[in-house]
Amino acid sequence: MSKPRVAFFDFASCEGCQLAIVNLEEAIIDVVGLIDIVSFREAMKEHSEDYDIAIIEGSITRPMDVERIKKIRAQAKILITIGACAHLGGVQRLANQWTPEENKAEVYHRHPGGTEHTTDANKFFNQPRQRAVDEVVKVDAAIPGCPINGTEFAKVLLALLQGKSLPIPDYPVCVECKKNENICVFELGKVCMGPVTRAGCDSACTNRGHECEGCRGLVSDPHMKAQTDVLEKYGLTADDILRRKTTFTYRYEEEAQAQKGGE
Amino acid sequence: MSDINIKVEHLTRVEGHGNIIMNASNGQIEKVQWQISEAPRFFESFVRGRAWHEMAHITCRICGICSIGHTEASLKATEAAMGIELSEQTKILRRLIKAAENLQSHVLHVGYLVAPDLLGVDSVFPLIATHPEAVKKIISLHRLANEMSNLLAGRTIHPNCMIPGGFTSVPSDKEMRALKQKLVDAIPTFLDVAEIVLANAGALPNFTRETEFIALTADDEYALYDGDIGSTDGGRWPVEKYLEITNEFVVPQSTAKYTKHARDSYMVGALARFNLNYDKLSPLAKEWAAKFGLSPVCHNPFMNSVAQLVECFNDVETTLAWIDKLLATGMDQENICTKYEVKAGRGVGATDVPRGILFHDYTFDENGICTKANCIIPTNQNHNNIQHDFEALAPTLLDKPEKEIELTLEMLVRAYDPCISCSCHYLDVSWKR
Ligand code: SF4
Ligand code: SF4
Ligand code: SF4
Repeated sequence: MSKPRVAFFDFASCEGCQLAIVNLEEAIIDVVGLIDIVSFREAMKEHSEDYDIAIIEGSITRPMDVERIKKIRAQAKILITIGACAHLGGVQRLANQWTPEENKAEVYHRHPGGTEHTTDANKFFNQPRQRAVDEVVKVDAAIPGCPINGTEFAKVLLALLQGKSLPIPDYPVCVECKKNENICVFELGKVCMGPVTRAGCDSACTNRGHECEGCRGLVSDPHMKAQTDVLEKYGLTADDILRRKTTFTYRYEEEAQAQKGGE
Repeated sequence: MSDINIKVEHLTRVEGHGNIIMNASNGQIEKVQWQISEAPRFFESFVRGRAWHEMAHITCRICGICSIGHTEASLKATEAAMGIELSEQTKILRRLIKAAENLQSHVLHVGYLVAPDLLGVDSVFPLIATHPEAVKKIISLHRLANEMSNLLAGRTIHPNCMIPGGFTSVPSDKEMRALKQKLVDAIPTFLDVAEIVLANAGALPNFTRETEFIALTADDEYALYDGDIGSTDGGRWPVEKYLEITNEFVVPQSTAKYTKHARDSYMVGALARFNLNYDKLSPLAKEWAAKFGLSPVCHNPFMNSVAQLVECFNDVETTLAWIDKLLATGMDQENICTKYEVKAGRGVGATDVPRGILFHDYTFDENGICTKANCIIPTNQNHNNIQHDFEALAPTLLDKPEKEIELTLEMLVRAYDPCISCSCHYLDVSWKR
C-alpha cells in the first residue's frame, strides 16, 4: 500500500501548532516514515493538491476562508485539526463579543486609510468573524491545546493510520497534575481551571507553578457548578470567573448564549 | 521581450500568508506588489476587558515563533503601567530567555528555511538525504535553543512561567550549570554550520537599496530585551515615543498595517540591529561578520540572514556570561516574583524580537482591566520596506527567466524572515499571464 499523502494548511492562527510539529525534530522522522508530507507551507516549497489527510491549523474567519476550507474538505479523506484555534476558535474568538465593524473600527479606523480600505468590499476584510473548523466542515479528529502537545499529535496520527481509537484523554488536567506530584496552585493562593479542563498536555502549566488557563477546552462532563463555587470561594468576582471561563473557550459561552436566545 | 506575469500565492517557508504579484509587458513593470491576505484576528480589540495578569498569555498568541518576545514586551508594558520593579535575577533571566528565542528562531530560519534556497532545493527534506551531517547539526542546535527556553520560560511556544513581576518557577543551579555546559559543547557545531553557510553565501543576491534601519539600542549591551529606539539615520527616542516612529497606515492589499518614519519605509530585524549596534557585538560575532564581509551600515536586505547568524554567536557568548553572573550568587528560589499593587495606568513595553522591534502599549483601569491596547509587530514594519525593495529590484530582473525572477523575489521576502501571522499573518508570488 502506498503511504498516505499528508498536507498542512493554516487559517487564522499564530502557527505555533505547526511549529510544535517542527519542534518534534528527530521524532518527526518516525512519523514521516509512515506518511508522505506533500504540503507543509511553513517548512517546504513543494506543494501538491493531491493528498489524503489534511491537517488544519487556525480558525475560520472570512467567506474566502470558508471557501478554501470547503475545497480542502472535498479533497481530503481525513481531516484533522490542530490546536485551540481550529478546535474552539482560539483566543481570537473573544473578538466575537463585538461586531466585525466594531472590531475594524478599533483596530484599523484609527489609522490613515483604515476606514476606506477595510470595508467588506475588500475580500481580505470581508465580514471577519471567528469560528472553529467543525462549525464549517466535518472534522474527523480535533487535537486540542494552545499549542498542541507534539507528542500527542504524533500518537493521534499514528492511531488514525492504524485505525485505532484516538488517544485523547477525557479526564481533567488535575489527574496528570497529581501524577506529576505538583503542589496544587490553589494552595499557593492562585486559581486554576485544571479541574474542568481536558488533560493530555501532561499538566504543562501547573508543572511550572502556573495556573491552568483551560487551553484544551472542557472535558465532556465538566463539574462546572463546583468549579464556579470554588472560584467564588477564592474571592473571584462574577466578571473574573467569566474571564477565566472564556480565555480560550469563548465558544462555549457563545453556544450557551445562542441556546438561551433560541429558547 | 516576453510578458511576465508572476503570481505566487501563499509564499512558502515563511510564517503566515503573503502573495507576490508581478506583471510586466514590453520590458515595463505594470505592477509589482506584496500582498498580505492573512485573516485579521483583532487582538487590539478583543483584549479590551481582559485582566492585567492574562495580557501576556493572550498577546503571545499573536505569533507562535516570537511568542517569547511578545510575552516579554507585554509584561514590560504591564509592569510599566503599574510601576512594578524587577529583581536583578529576573532581569537576567528575561535576557537569557530572549537570547534563547533569538537562537531558536535564527537557527530555524537560516537552517531550515534559507539554506534550501542557497543549496538550490525546495525544502530541508531533500537535504536530509544529500547533506545528512549538516541537517543533523542544524537540528541539534535548534533543539538546544528549544531546551534552553523550555528550561527558563517553561515552554518554547507560549511560555507559561513568566508573569508580571517575574516568574512562577526558576531553574536550579544544577540546571543552569548543565545548560552552560551544553552551550559550550555546542560552539564547534555553531562554527561548522556557519562554515557551511559561508561556503554557499555566494548564492545571496547582491542588491542594495538605501533605507532606514530601526532597532532598540542601549549603552551597555547589544539590545534585545531593553533599550531606547534608535535609527541609522540618527536619533534616539524613549520607547514611549514609539508612535512618532511607527506612523501606522492601512493599504488595501494588506490586512497587516504598514509603517513609515522619515523615509518612504524602514527596516527592522537582525540587519537593523547589526547596523545600529555593531560595536556592542561579542568578539566571535564580530569575527564572523568580518568573514562574511558584513559591516555596518549594510543596505542589502539579503544579508539579514547573515546578520542572524552573526547574532547567534553573540547570543551564545552573552548567555555564557549571564549564566556565570547568576551562578556567582546562586539562583534565588524564594524571591522569584515582585509583590505589587494592581493600579490604573498606561505603559509601553518594547523588545527586539528575532524579526525586529516590537511594541505593546496598554491602558488599565483601577481593577487592572485593559481598556485600550496597541501592538506594533516587526513584520508589519517591514512590509512597506519589502514593497519598496520589490519596486527597486523587479526592474533589474526583467531580462531573467520567469522562474528566476520568481525565486529572487521569494528569496527577498524570506530574507526578511516574515512571520506574517504576527502581522495578522501570509506569502504567495503570482505571475499573471
Ligand atoms: S492553537 Fe494556539 S499555538 Fe496553535 S495556532 Fe492557535 S494560537 Fe497558535
Ligand atoms: S494545580 Fe490545577 S490542575 Fe493541578 S491539582 Fe490543582 S487545580 Fe488541579
Ligand atoms: S495546563 Fe491547562 S492551560 Fe496549560 S497546556 Fe494544559 S490545558 Fe493548556
